Amino acid sequence: MLHIDLWKRVLIWLTCAVGLWLALPNAFYPRVETHNDAEAAIAKGQTGPELSAAAATWPDWLPSGLVNLGLDLRGGAHLLAEVQVGDVYEARMEAMWPGLRDALRPERAAIGTIRKQPSAPDEIRIRIGNPDGMARALEVVRGLARPIQTLTGVGSTDIEVRPEGDQIVVTLSEAEKLASDDRTVRQALEIVRRRIDEVGTREPTIQRQGADRILIQVPGIGSASELKDIIGTTAQLTFNPVVARGSDPDAQPGVGEKIVPALDEEGLYYTLESAPVVTGEELVDAQPSFDQNGRPAVNFRFNTTGARKFGDYTAENIGAPFAIVLDDEVISAPVIQSHIPGGSGIITGNFTIEESTNLAVLLRAGALPAGLDFLEERTIGPELGQDSIDAGKVATMVAFAAVLVFMFLSYGLFGIFANIALVLNIVLIFGLLSLIGATLTLPGIAGIVLTVGMAVDANVLVFERIREELKTARGPSRAIELGYEKALSAIFDANITTFITAVILFAMGSGPVRGFAITLGLGILTSVFTAIFVTRLMIVMWFERRRPKTIEV
Amino acid sequence: MRLRLVPAETAFDFFKRWKLWLGISMVLILLAFGSFALRGLNYGIDFRGGTTIRTESAQPVDVAGYRDALGALGLGDVTISEVFDPTFGPDQNVAMIRIQAQEGEEAVTADMIAQVEQELRAVAPDIRFVSVESVGPKVSGELIQTAVLAVLLAIGAVLVYIWLRFEWQFALGAVAALVHDVILTIGLFSELQIKFDLAIIAALLTIVGYSLNDTVVVFDRVRENLRKYKKRPLSEILNLSINETLSRTVMTSVTTLLALVSLYVLGGDVIRGFVFAMIWGVIVGTYSSIFVASSILLYLGVKRDWTKPDKSAGNQFSNVDA
Repeated sequence: MLHIDLWKRVLIWLTCAVGLWLALPNAFYPRVETHNDAEAAIAKGQTGPELSAAAATWPDWLPSGLVNLGLDLRGGAHLLAEVQVGDVYEARMEAMWPGLRDALRPERAAIGTIRKQPSAPDEIRIRIGNPDGMARALEVVRGLARPIQTLTGVGSTDIEVRPEGDQIVVTLSEAEKLASDDRTVRQALEIVRRRIDEVGTREPTIQRQGADRILIQVPGIGSASELKDIIGTTAQLTFNPVVARGSDPDAQPGVGEKIVPALDEEGLYYTLESAPVVTGEELVDAQPSFDQNGRPAVNFRFNTTGARKFGDYTAENIGAPFAIVLDDEVISAPVIQSHIPGGSGIITGNFTIEESTNLAVLLRAGALPAGLDFLEERTIGPELGQDSIDAGKVATMVAFAAVLVFMFLSYGLFGIFANIALVLNIVLIFGLLSLIGATLTLPGIAGIVLTVGMAVDANVLVFERIREELKTARGPSRAIELGYEKALSAIFDANITTFITAVILFAMGSGPVRGFAITLGLGILTSVFTAIFVTRLMIVMWFERRRPKTIEV
Repeated sequence: MRLRLVPAETAFDFFKRWKLWLGISMVLILLAFGSFALRGLNYGIDFRGGTTIRTESAQPVDVAGYRDALGALGLGDVTISEVFDPTFGPDQNVAMIRIQAQEGEEAVTADMIAQVEQELRAVAPDIRFVSVESVGPKVSGELIQTAVLAVLLAIGAVLVYIWLRFEWQFALGAVAALVHDVILTIGLFSELQIKFDLAIIAALLTIVGYSLNDTVVVFDRVRENLRKYKKRPLSEILNLSINETLSRTVMTSVTTLLALVSLYVLGGDVIRGFVFAMIWGVIVGTYSSIFVASSILLYLGVKRDWTKPDKSAGNQFSNVDA
């Protein structure tokens, strides 16, 4: 007969209560949000009476998880960037040249003169004067190779060396390229994260996507181009020896040299040695400041190795000019006046205060290891988001009311049970969304509205079945029991098939589509739960109390 | 007093003209293909690459003025359309500007967007750019691929699931019905030239889910009746099952449509296309579960020569209870 164990009843009501508890903060969205922001700021070490007051707006013992609002609801910027992993090969090869030269020099008796040849960016070509010494030269160069420490690259080394006539060609090995790509993307991800954190906005999403892409979503920011300015600048800082200055951008640079334009003077080009003395990687700090003439400048400090290299170089090259290069433009090229020990210095140029502050931020956060290509950008204004929320709210309310009325008219008391379950259903969806920190998007709201429509389906199946069973007149309690029993397989199959599509949608979709899949999937879970447990329990409880001889569904 | 959309007892003969229904569906499918071949789909930037800008200003939208301002930039195909919506306030004049992906650009061009915004500001000083979205050609190509893959995967997964739970004829019938729905929906989008973007793929998959939901409920009853009435012809059993579940089918379609229509009317223009696809999907999904899925099942027939009469419709998975 109709019987549900006490422990099951407790469990069912407990589940509903927990759902309600978790969903509660969403009813006080702005307050909880202020509270959470303040808590986050305090956790970061900021203090102040305003922060404490903001934190106190919502009691600590209540849950504070909120449904994340997606960019289409809150407004913000979305960027999909592709890391130009190839950029790194070039820098690696460039940095390798001085080491190769130094290793080959002692062997000059056997191999003759050593000359770097022009080559593709991801290789080095060295011509040796005496081809008979090739075997020895290859041996020396191969001796510089280092083993790779990766799972897939076991047993391989980082460079490949092959002879080509009287030239030695050095390239990165495939395994090293893979490892390098991975490192580059990770590093880029980290630096993008740091730069966005410096700006300090709420809950940015910064994710790696696929082999070489980074997805960046920042709520509340005015435009994607603003975001691009923050993260897109490479900020590759190097200090290179100056070979010459000139006005011809097309002058042939010597091997191992490059032509770089000056930032502040139109038409001035520097010929620099490609291999830098020190790079921005070795910076530990950069702060905006002013030079002795009161113009904005940036103070910097190197780490120990950087400081030693910088010290050694300045000691040996007093009187020679020295270029400070940012993103392939010479910011300034001061003449070295004296030995600079200690590893700190100042970059001056024609900066505004804002520029020097930005430059300091960029230098502090570190340089992006490679350029970023932006494949996709979306900006949603906060007003549009608010409009969408308002429209969504109204639509959901109306949809809700229409379905409630319709269910009541069709099934009477049982319809009311189904309606309570429907309300609980929505609450549970919000509770679950808050719990897993999922993001609610505009299609997500559509998913909820659709759930409102479809959630009653399981109840309808059961009620229709009860109606049918009542016709064979075996008494109301038997009819209810059979109704649930027989409808179960249809409910099960029908919802699993929809759930499968929701899972696929989630796995393959991106952004808003995913939001839709989440609410649809959660909606299926909660609606099955409320239909086969909650309404059933309500009906059973009602039945126990009233003991009706006949029922009308 | 109860509201009853469907009488307690119905005995419609759904299969008297099943060949006609299948014929109508075939014609509609051919029309959908024809429309797709002739007119194609009005792909949004998700699938075609390019930029869409949504503008809003207090003064009325001057489409010609916008076009003149942008014409000088030489951006190729630029579409400007004014958006009307009952949810807009009186000072909300909204236009959508769509610019094709720029020739030879792999990534998104920020300069172009900045230029466009500057030109438009000259025409309407109070203009605001409430949303700006750009998708590069590289990504849009991939989006098409994953979208098509998602729809195929969903259909495949569902085919396998129903095949495990029922006889293969059921799986084929159900999948035929949902392919029918998907094709008709794409056909409608092509015919009406409604913007086809990522959200529509979500709608398509929801239609897949809904259509199945409906079909599975009918099939579940068919399976039950096949066990109950072993001697009755299949067409009678199908008819009986559809009649028995008709009340539920109509109830669920109506509640879902109630919800969707309110979203369509009040939910704002941003998701209108998406909701439209779903409304259409609920209608064809309901139709197809009766007239396509069941007709195909009737055509294919179901093996009814059971050795173990008590529980053998389907296979070892068909008696799994939730």
